[in-house]
Amino acid sequence: MTRSELIAELARLNPHLMQRDVEAIVATVFDEITAALARGDRVELRGFGAFSVKARAPRIGRNPRTGEPVEVGSKRMPFFKAGKELRERINRPGPARRAAVATAQG
Amino acid sequence: MAGQTVTRAQLAEAVYEQVGLSRNESAQLLESVLDLVAGALASGESVKISSFGTFAVRQKGRRIGRNPKTGVEVPILPRKVLVFRPSQVLKARINGEPAPDGDEA
Repeated sequence: MTRSELIAELARLNPHLMQRDVEAIVATVFDEITAALARGDRVELRGFGAFSVKARAPRIGRNPRTGEPVEVGSKRMPFFKAGKELRERINRPGPARRAAVATAQG
Repeated sequence: MAGQTVTRAQLAEAVYEQVGLSRNESAQLLESVLDLVAGALASGESVKISSFGTFAVRQKGRRIGRNPKTGVEVPILPRKVLVFRPSQVLKARINGEPAPDGDEA
């Protein structure tokens, strides 16, 4: 699913909304998460997951072409951890898994 | 820099301010967005949000684990895990850098 497919699906579920508004809703959600992370905040969406920022220490890298050492500054990386509900939803037992669980549990 | 936690309430408020629908409907629409993303992932589909990132489901095989307390071997069943790959745009924003060219997720 891409951003435009997500917009199309949301528009289909909400036929009373203008396309422009549906686009703005989707943009706002991801822009707000981005802005929060840029401030160094954490975004916690119970049942879905949490976005956070982790710091990476500076390190000495190497120019892969010349082998010359170069300093790579410290940087911050966005990180996402799926919430319990989403993890369970992704792993909702299909027949194969249910059989495996039954076998494992004896 | 750090510290605050943003939750559904703030995201719904932002939708309310940006789009001009009722607070109640803004909150419901936020929920719909999250639910559509979760539903696609649950069906095994990746979700690629341009200039934000890609959520993908990865299949992990069966392996033997060990109860760290008792040392008893237990099988860890095959399972699916969710991975998020931030886009270059998101990484740049978080590091206060100008957005890179292109808009790929």
